[in-house]
Amino acid sequence: MSDRLTVAKTYKLYIGGKFPRSESGRSYPVTDSKGTFLANAAQGSRKDARDAVSAARKAFGGWSGTTAYNRGQVLYRVAEVLEGRREQFITEVATSEGVALKKAQSLVDTAIDRWVWYAGWTDKIAAVLGSSNPVAGPYFSFSTPEPTGVVAVLAPQQSSLLGLISVIAPVIASGNTCVVITSQDRPLPAITLSEVLATSDVPGGVVNIITGRTAEIAPWLASHGDVNALDLTGAPESIRADLERSAAGTVKRVLRNKVNEDFTATPDMSRLRAFLETKTVWHPMGV
Amino acid sequence: MAAPTTLPSALADAVRDESSLRRFLHGLPGVDQVGVEQRAAGLGTRSIKKASKLHAIDLAISMVDLTTLEGADTHGKVRSLAAKAKRPDPERPDVPQVAAVCVYPDMVKTAADDLVGTGINVASVATAFPSGRSTMDIKLADTRFAVEQGASEVDMVIDRGAFLSGRYGQVFEEIVKIKEACGDAHLKVILETGELVTYDNVRRASWLALLAGGDFIKTSTGKVQPAATLPVTHVMLQAVRDWKQQTGELRGVKPAGGIRTTKDAIKYLVAVHEVAGPEWLDPHLFRFGASTLLNDLLMQRRTQLDGHYSGPDYVTVD
Repeated sequence: MSDRLTVAKTYKLYIGGKFPRSESGRSYPVTDSKGTFLANAAQGSRKDARDAVSAARKAFGGWSGTTAYNRGQVLYRVAEVLEGRREQFITEVATSEGVALKKAQSLVDTAIDRWVWYAGWTDKIAAVLGSSNPVAGPYFSFSTPEPTGVVAVLAPQQSSLLGLISVIAPVIASGNTCVVITSQDRPLPAITLSEVLATSDVPGGVVNIITGRTAEIAPWLASHGDVNALDLTGAPESIRADLERSAAGTVKRVLRNKVNEDFTATPDMSRLRAFLETKTVWHPMGV
Repeated sequence: MAAPTTLPSALADAVRDESSLRRFLHGLPGVDQVGVEQRAAGLGTRSIKKASKLHAIDLAISMVDLTTLEGADTHGKVRSLAAKAKRPDPERPDVPQVAAVCVYPDMVKTAADDLVGTGINVASVATAFPSGRSTMDIKLADTRFAVEQGASEVDMVIDRGAFLSGRYGQVFEEIVKIKEACGDAHLKVILETGELVTYDNVRRASWLALLAGGDFIKTSTGKVQPAATLPVTHVMLQAVRDWKQQTGELRGVKPAGGIRTTKDAIKYLVAVHEVAGPEWLDPHLFRFGASTLLNDLLMQRRTQLDGHYSGPDYVTVD
């Protein structure tokens, strides 16, 4: 037996490109699917969510202002780094979700492919969803999709990596920034994803990842005046109606999807479209 | 040298001539740098929540000198600032008015016209703000112009070059003359602590300004980094407290520059209460020189009252 001490990892939050502990100082035990202890993860609080929203707001101008082409490159680079961590993700997905290694392998590969799929969309969204409108007058009229702003994402509770990537990638591909509440019981792949984001070219604050109790933090994000949209994917059924009601108080876009969405299926544009606003510009002709 | 008010004998002696002034300023006890920084940091950890936080926010709003000192200022911008000073949060009429609007001399008339009868003061920077590098005549003319245009408060800068090379008499004379030129207007003396290097110098400059008749001592122009810091404000608050003990007069303090969040503002209020005393928790004796702070105060106020976080979409962007 080796006499080397194991180096235990401290699982922290990812806010504004940094890895802080929870402001509350709390943590909670994370177990594998059989109930064996895996790690202590930071238990985020409403103040962590507040800090994450200000980080996301700060990053929004820069991220939404980059060219679509550049955003695509940055996202593709994330896929490269994901690929380098493939083995780590496979182990984590297998222990978190209690699936066989082979299944975990295919989940991770699908997740990386999913990321590349969305990376390819960045410079095509405007062409597909935008239009040059025929109008009865001497004007050009263009409609272009623009990012909504800061999106609060409640990540799926079951699918710890594929589901997570399937909800984050479409949000940031179009230029939004986001605050993600991870799966409550399976947060470890999300924390590893935050390390991937930190070591790729995604600017700090574009993705902020908070681990903890979804039902505790989600209401604060739903009612937050500086959050523009809410993705309810991972919200427990019992609080969905309340979240929608408080989101209405500040006129947020809300994405309500099926509770047990199948993330292995090839996606369509609906998640991209959910967090876009259409801007129409009229311009006089012949000037 | 002429003392502006009747001072107790020890202080009257200090302003008799330049050498006695120097002796007095250099005889002031040195500032314990580590001590004052630790004390400031310690007071900054006080937890102010719920009703006391709401009270602190309203108090801080009423202490704001809403400032715009940009080369790109326009009359329109000053008018919108004046409107904001009167009604900081138009949807909430119970939000208090700010204490003053602070502008460059050529904008004073615009602000004064809009603020007639509101009780909000118009403060003007003067004396070749922000560097203070000009002749005495020009500085006096600058001050008179601001007062003629309707400024009820004048923010002057001291000649830091003269102060740092030890020509205390010259700085003293300048403040006395500007004070005369102000007439009824209140005089705030900007020490520009970011250029004074040491806390000892801040203490000396504070006493110098108080001896010369400044109604307020103000940390910074906002154009030099570092601007207002908690320890520097501590040293200045000690000076006005000691001034009150020795003369019975109340003088004010105004930190300016770099105070952007409600959290910061509340730290300052705690310092005012603990270092100077509760008497100073009053817009007549303590001000914040700020532009972005007001929006954060309004957002925090909404957060406290509405029970959810607010955002910049709900306050005016200036």
